[in-house]
Parts: sequence; C-alpha cells; structure tokens
Amino acid sequence: MTLLVLAFLAAVVRITVPYALAALGGTVSERSGVIQISLEGMLLAGAFAATVGADVSGSALGGIVAGAAAGALLALVYGIVVLWLSADQIVAGVAINLFADALTRYLLKLRYDSASNSPRIDVFSSMSEPGQLGRALLHPLVLTTIAAGILVTLMLKYTRFGLRLRAVGEHPEAARTLGVDPRRVRLGALLIGGVLAGIGGAYLAAEQRQFVAGMSSGRGYIALAAMIFGRWRPGPAIGSCLLFGAAEALEIRLQTAGGVLPSWAVQMLPYVLTIVVIANVRKRKRGAPSALGRPL
Amino acid sequence: MSARRALHVAIALLAALLVTSLFILVAGRSPLRIYAALLVGTWGNAYGAGQVLFKATPLMLTGLAVSFALRAGLFNVGAEGQLTAGGFAAGIVGAALPAGTSALLAIPTCLLAAAAGGALLGVIPGWLKARRGAHEVITTIMLNFVVRAAMVGFGTMLFVRESVHAQPVVAGALLPRLSRIFPALHGSAASLALPLSLLVVFLIAGLLARTRLGFRIRAVGAQPEVAATAGIDVGRTYLVALTIAGAIAGLGGASFVLGYKGYYEDGFAGGIGFVGIAVAVLGGTRPMGIVLAALLFGTLGQGALAVNAICPKEIIDVMQALIIIGAAAAGVRMGRPGVRT
Repeated sequence: MTLLVLAFLAAVVRITVPYALAALGGTVSERSGVIQISLEGMLLAGAFAATVGADVSGSALGGIVAGAAAGALLALVYGIVVLWLSADQIVAGVAINLFADALTRYLLKLRYDSASNSPRIDVFSSMSEPGQLGRALLHPLVLTTIAAGILVTLMLKYTRFGLRLRAVGEHPEAARTLGVDPRRVRLGALLIGGVLAGIGGAYLAAEQRQFVAGMSSGRGYIALAAMIFGRWRPGPAIGSCLLFGAAEALEIRLQTAGGVLPSWAVQMLPYVLTIVVIANVRKRKRGAPSALGRPL
Repeated sequence: MSARRALHVAIALLAALLVTSLFILVAGRSPLRIYAALLVGTWGNAYGAGQVLFKATPLMLTGLAVSFALRAGLFNVGAEGQLTAGGFAAGIVGAALPAGTSALLAIPTCLLAAAAGGALLGVIPGWLKARRGAHEVITTIMLNFVVRAAMVGFGTMLFVRESVHAQPVVAGALLPRLSRIFPALHGSAASLALPLSLLVVFLIAGLLARTRLGFRIRAVGAQPEVAATAGIDVGRTYLVALTIAGAIAGLGGASFVLGYKGYYEDGFAGGIGFVGIAVAVLGGTRPMGIVLAALLFGTLGQGALAVNAICPKEIIDVMQALIIIGAAAAGVRMGRPGVRT
C-alpha cells in the first residue's frame, strides 16, 4: 500500500514538471502585462531542440540548454511581434503555436527523415523514468522546477526587476514616467518565460527519450489554465499544476487498473478538466494584472 | 478592400515568403525551384486548378467560421473540432439513411446533420463564455482535443472492421463532382460543395449586413460595453455567434465527406480548421476577401503535394503560420476591436 502511494506520488511529480515549468513561464510573462498563449509552442520547440541538442552534443545537459534557448527564441519572436509591432496578442500567440508545430515537423523530416518521431536519444536515459518518489524528487529537472518556483517568487517580490515587471503589468504609463521602459521589461519577462517553458519541453523529450511530433498535446494551454486558477501567482500556479498532475496520475491508474474507463475517455479527461476549471474561475479574475493584454 | 489593408496584406505575404525562403535555404534547397513547382502543380493545368478549388472549398467555410466569430469579438480556434464533428455527423446520418433515398431528401438531411454537429461544438464554448466568462480561446482549443479523443471512441464502435472509416453514405447523399458539368476538371475532386460554400459565404455576409442579429453581432464585436448599455444581451449574442460559427465549420466537414470521400474517415480534418484562422486573418470581413484567401491557401495546400518531391511539404504549413504572424504584425485589422481577456 505504502509502495503504491509512493509510486503514485512519483507519477504526480513526473507529470507535473512540464506543467509547472510552463505555468511559471506564463506567470512571469503575464505579470508583465503580456498575454502568453504560446506556451504550447515553446514546450514543443523546447522538446525538439532538446532532442537535437542532446543528439549533437552527446549530453543530456546540452539538450536542456538547447531546449531553453529554443523557448527563448520563440519568446523573442513573439515579443518583437506584439511589443514593437503591436500585433493582437492572442492571434499572434496562436500563430506562434501553429508555427512551432509546423517548424518542428519540417525539421523532424529534414534531420531524422520521419513524419512522426525522432529515434531514441540514449543520453536522455541517464535522467528518464524516475519511478520511485525518492528518485523522482532528485531528478535534475524536478529540482530545477522547485528551484525555479522559489526563484520566480523571490524575483517577483524582492528584486528591482521583479518590481519593475509588476509595475509595467499594472500601470505601464506610471512606470514609464519613472523612467522604466515597459517594452524592454516585458521582453525580459517573456524571455524568462520562454526559457522556463523551453526547459519544460526538454523534460518532455527527456522523459520519452525522443521527440514525437505534436508531443506537447495541449499541455501549454492546460498550464495556462493552471496559472489562471492560481491567480497569476507562482506558488498557487504550481499548486494547481500539482492538482492537474494528480488528476492525470489517477486517470492513468484507473486505466492500468483496467476496465473502469476506455483509454480514449481517459485521454479526454485532462482537457475536460481544463474546461471545467476555466469555467469556474471567473470570480478569480481579480488576480489578473490590470494592464494584461492592453497594447502600449 | 481599402488600399491600406491591401498594403498590409502585401507586406505580410512578402515577409512570410522571405522567411519561408530562409527555411528552404536551410534545407539546402532552392526556394525558386520550390515556388515554381508549387505554381506548376496547381494553376499549371486544369486538374491542378480543380484540385485547388476542391481544397479551397472547406477552407472557405472554416475561414468563415473564424471570421464570423471575430465579428462578435470572439476568436474561434475550434474550427478544427467543429469541422470534424460536422463531417462525422454527416457521414453517420448519411450511412444510416435507407438505400435509395432521393438526393432531394438525403443531401439536405446530411447538411443539416453536419451543421448541427458543428453547432454543438460551438454551443459549448458559447455558453461557457456567455454564462461563465470562460475565455473562448482556451475552451475551443480544449474541445479540439476532446473531439479528437471522442472520435477514437466512436471509431472503435462504428468503423468498418480493420479500417479507420465508417460505412459509406447512401448514393443520394453524395454531392456530384463538378467535372460532370466541366469535363476539363476530370479527375479533380471539386464538387457541388463549392457553389454551396460560396452561397453560405454570401448568405452570412447578408446576415451580418442586413439583419438585426447581424447588427447585434457587429455592435457587440465593436464595443461590448456600449452594446450592453444599448440593451443588447452580450452573452446571448456570444452564444448565438459561436453556435453559428460552429455550424458553418460543420458544413465544411460535410463538403469533404459528401463531396469527396463518401464516408467519414478518421483524421480527415488534417489542419483545415487551423488554416481557417489564416483565411480569416487575411480575408478580413468581406465575403470576396474570404473567397480569395481560401483560394490562396487552397493553392498552398495543393501545391504542398507538388513540392513534397523536392522539400518536406511541412514547409507549406510553416509558411501558413508565418502568414498569420505577418498579418498580425503588419497591423492587418481582424474585424476585432482589440484584445480583451
């Protein structure tokens, strides 16, 4: 029984990591006043870059760095388009996701000559499948996630950059009169968010030891819902991700227990759960930064 | 189309073309050769042109489904799921009709089923938006995933053994090919669905321009607070707009199932719903804009097949996404007043 509970908790941690990293990335980005719907694309781009990075460098760390860089690169494109060219943030965000999906499929064919997946990347096995809770918690990217949660909280609360970030998210005009350039601060926030979501994508690839086309399968949007449910605060956002992770681990349990639900119904559950959550957070909108989505 | 808008669209297309060329160069291929292959494979002969018309048909409808919702200020990212549900409903109803049902009865029945299937996928986010304030972008995207999983579930119950498609629809439900009237299109899958889709595009334009519902939708899209003050039920308008948008996309599914395959096939949507976003962004608010944009993306879709021998056809998907990014960045107005959350 204890073993079962520990294995369950390990599964929860394992599933939560990409959600938590993406939700943290979303929190940093949106607290600066920019809607960040392209977390999905960053997860996907991060996963692909991590696969190629690990393959080329021959080390898992090389893959993670590449994943982070890909997330940041996508954030840079998004930032230029919405901050300097004043594009509609939601349309541009959805377009960035379509772009990431198309580009990873294109590059997958060019590099690995496959329409569906990369070959297995062996260097990932050093850090995949943490089956037991103890090992799951010591997984480098789990530690990274915990550290990122603490650092983002401290950064937002106590650092000068964090103060400026929150200021441009609430009153960009007031911040400007105090000599803060809202665009540069927002770009900084987006880049940090991109790095976090990119690492989340690297985790997805590392866990499966390969890249699979479309492997983010909506996780970026689920993370966004978790962030909204956590009222744009890092701690509660990670807490919501743990709830999503627990629900999913439970579903997988139900599925392996057999017969309770067909597999397609289990696959549907995270998305239905997200809709239910989003439908019940209206009163929580209070937590949103007041300049969110408003062009400068 | 105003000159200003035309300029912005031209900038967006040019920028997308330039960046796409870079990605082609990365692959060590020649962009010019690829664009030439694309043109020859589409407008180079009657069959290619017919295939462009065939590809453009559902795009007109998914593009319209996105553009129509944008008029109410809503960004409908769910056309993919709505299209799938519509095609599924048309295919299942069409297969359930008694053999020998006359076309005059079978076609309208199946079209109604398709519209209802798509509308169901519009009612849900519409209701959630109207009554619960749930953002339609997240709910419509999640519903795309829900539909995908549900189709796997229905598939295990309904599909013909060892296949990924359902029973064929009755003969009367099939939309005749255009090549029956224009022999030059021989072999192309363009069907009666094309004129029917054009009809829908212009009917919806009429609805927006001339009816009270159309006025309410435009008023809510332009300034929801003002519309509410003027006594318009904003939530109800959102609900109606997304329901109609879903029905339009659902008809797009029927165009594929009744006009091409003759049965519902798993995964037939293949991104048509997402390309609809590009059609809507580029096409704008006028019916001719939607038709022309659908033809452009139909050309790209058909051209992708011609290009595939030289360069992975996914480059065309990259280009389509870049066109949306370019249009958003070039300030192409989306018929949507600004961003709200």
